[in-house]
Amino acid sequence: MRGFVRNRVVRRVASTVGTLFGVAVLVFVMLRAIPGDQITAGLGTEAAGLTPAQLQALERYYGLDQPLVTQFFTWLGNLFTGNLGYSARNQQSVLELTLHSLPVTVELAVLSIVLALLIGVPLGTLAASRAGSPRDAAGQIVSLAGLSIPSFLLATTLLSVLSASFGFNPNGRAFATPAEDPLLNLQQMILPALVLGFGIAAPILRTTRAAVLEVRSEDFVRTARAKGVPERRLQVRHVLGNALVPIVTMTGLQFGYLLGGAVVVEQIFSVPGIGRQVLLGIQQKEYAVVQSTVLVIALAFVLVNLLTDALYRIVDPRVRAS
Amino acid sequence: MSPLLEIRDLSVAFRVRGQDVPAVRNVSLDILPGQTVAVVGESGSGKTTTAAAVNRLLPGNGRITGGRVVFDGRDLATASRREMTAIRGARIGLVPQDPMSNLNPLMRIGDQIAEALDVHGVAAGRAARSRAVELLELMGLPDAARRARQYPHEFSGGMRQRALIAMGLACRPQLLIADEPTSALDVTVQRRILDQLGRLTAEMGTAILLITHDLALAAERADVVAVMYRGEIVETGPAGGILAEPAHEYTRRLLRAVPSLSSVRVPEPPGPAEDLAVVEDLTKVFPLRGGGTEIAAVAGVSFGIPRGRTVSIVGESGSGKSTTANLLLGLEEATSGSIRFDGTELAGLGRRELFAFRRRVQPVFQNPYASLDPRYPVGKSIAEPLRVHRVGGPAERAKAVAELLEKVALPASMAERLPHELSGGQRQRVAIARALALSPELVVLDEAVSALDVLVQAQILELLAELQRELGLSYLFISHDLAVVRMISHAVHVMREGRIVESGTAEEIFDRPAHDYTRELLAAIPGNR
Repeated sequence: MRGFVRNRVVRRVASTVGTLFGVAVLVFVMLRAIPGDQITAGLGTEAAGLTPAQLQALERYYGLDQPLVTQFFTWLGNLFTGNLGYSARNQQSVLELTLHSLPVTVELAVLSIVLALLIGVPLGTLAASRAGSPRDAAGQIVSLAGLSIPSFLLATTLLSVLSASFGFNPNGRAFATPAEDPLLNLQQMILPALVLGFGIAAPILRTTRAAVLEVRSEDFVRTARAKGVPERRLQVRHVLGNALVPIVTMTGLQFGYLLGGAVVVEQIFSVPGIGRQVLLGIQQKEYAVVQSTVLVIALAFVLVNLLTDALYRIVDPRVRAS
Repeated sequence: MSPLLEIRDLSVAFRVRGQDVPAVRNVSLDILPGQTVAVVGESGSGKTTTAAAVNRLLPGNGRITGGRVVFDGRDLATASRREMTAIRGARIGLVPQDPMSNLNPLMRIGDQIAEALDVHGVAAGRAARSRAVELLELMGLPDAARRARQYPHEFSGGMRQRALIAMGLACRPQLLIADEPTSALDVTVQRRILDQLGRLTAEMGTAILLITHDLALAAERADVVAVMYRGEIVETGPAGGILAEPAHEYTRRLLRAVPSLSSVRVPEPPGPAEDLAVVEDLTKVFPLRGGGTEIAAVAGVSFGIPRGRTVSIVGESGSGKSTTANLLLGLEEATSGSIRFDGTELAGLGRRELFAFRRRVQPVFQNPYASLDPRYPVGKSIAEPLRVHRVGGPAERAKAVAELLEKVALPASMAERLPHELSGGQRQRVAIARALALSPELVVLDEAVSALDVLVQAQILELLAELQRELGLSYLFISHDLAVVRMISHAVHVMREGRIVESGTAEEIFDRPAHDYTRELLAAIPGNR
């Protein structure tokens, strides 16, 4: 039994389940704390005109007449049967909604991360190659801009300039999945991915710069130089390889946040991702939609963390050993 | 025969706060093909900088300000970067100092050696990897084929150093720069590795530039010894000659300070002394990671520490000597056995009693850089134990700090300084002053002088002996250095694999060793063949 509890996998699964349960409770309570419910949200001011009998009927329909504890455990129990709830507004189950929105968000997140790495890692390495030089300052300016320009500003500026001056506005058309129209899909994804990627490139750039600077002064780098390793190979194989661990950590962290849905950017570019699904759910007070979607996001976050840990094991043999 | 390496009037300076600080001044040195030349000096003497100037791997702020480094007819001081890259590894190999930090942790050992062959076009792919295995075999690494596929963290220090030497010699260079190649290793391992290095370089006809702080080692291994002091070579000559007739005053001082097995011993205080601490059948078991197995770091150790005496434990790394020290300090809990301090059993003491016990037993550790808080002025560090144990007010503590500094022969003005402004020896004096702050009865010195240069080491040992006479202190002295142990100890215990294999007075152990392991340890000391 002791060995069972000590087992890393078992402990990991237990902590994951605990985390998800915590998220479930928190989101359930927070939603209930917002004034109004699905009935008032759906009917607006007309809700005041409902007779008590009508109200009661609607409450029974939505299950709002049940005690909170019952509501919570009914929802939780249903999750295990694959029933994530139903969205009256969309006339669709939450599962269906999520099956459409999650791939969109994953695609956007992957694109953003790729762009962020393409910007952040080379610029970070370049900045570190001569600390204190003009190229270092340039890197710092890029990362400062990435950190401080709000995404809504960059997004709206890009959108208005490109559509007004160049007539480029793919996001004005109906959203296309990669299966339907891969080219249009890519066009619709590239701007939001660029906006998100630019923001994330900043921390990745800084992490890369710091890690490369640190690794470069390590003894084994000098030893590699002493055995005649040419500079380019030295920078890539010995320096960047060893700087990867913190970069992987930072990337995993950012990827997790992206999966939570970049609500603002998705909204501006009309990308039907998971962040938008939560937002609309909150506006409509569709409890089941919000609760289940948030839980899916939390699960995705946990999975990304697991993936990051697995990546460490590939990058660093010392992690494999322990 | 014309020299392979001809260093003429070499000067190197480091740029510090916009100013050139000279580190090496007008150094001239010749190395003939196949010859071993040792450069000896204490830290800061410029010996490592001289070596780094040869293959042009000076730190970023260092540069050659004058002179020539002619290697096989070419002046390396003016060679281009591309030229240097072609020479490094292929014609000038390097064996660096610290085996722990000089291997890329993410690359397999075999691949790192093969890389040296690969970048110089000697061999590539499978051929390079099998040559790497051969080289590891030549360096005496058992099971080399399997080992070559492992990563550095799976290697011990000695194994890593073998891999580094294999790497340095991979392309059969004409010159090998060996910068303190074995100073991080145990004496017995050091001996074996140096023997292998000597054999291999003799076979390849490789000349060696040996950088070391160890005069005895230099004399034993080199044909020519150059002594460096404050950036200059003060004396050069055949190895035997320098030891027998040192011409320069500094060399004579260095020779006198080297603790050797014939060094004069501290006189024994008269009369028998009662035991302050008694350790009986002490055992400490650690669980091994990943698996239910356990390892006994200390297995049934018994000894006593008489009042006012020094008891030493010698052994190699992994022998359990530091664990024994930690148990006695109450920093770790024993698995079984007993420690009685002044008649009181340590196990089962409550928190408050343990706190009171700690006042009476104080540690001094090996690394004076790591054991002082870098942001605390020296005085604050020394006063800290007083503050923790609520002894006296601020004014009394300040007075105590001044007295303690005087005891360890440091000026009272030192109290305001930060650790990084101090030398290694000064820092260790501060650590000793801090240990004495609570007027302890027992001081546990865990490799307390091992990181110091010989001259400083001699001063600190003298200070410790003086403090013992003055304050009646008892010492538990943990060291791997038998010569130092002989100088300071009243009783010596030799530890190996968690057990005491031999005990006795210093004379008994050093003059009439009974155990094979003790004899092996003694034989491995440079200059003691």
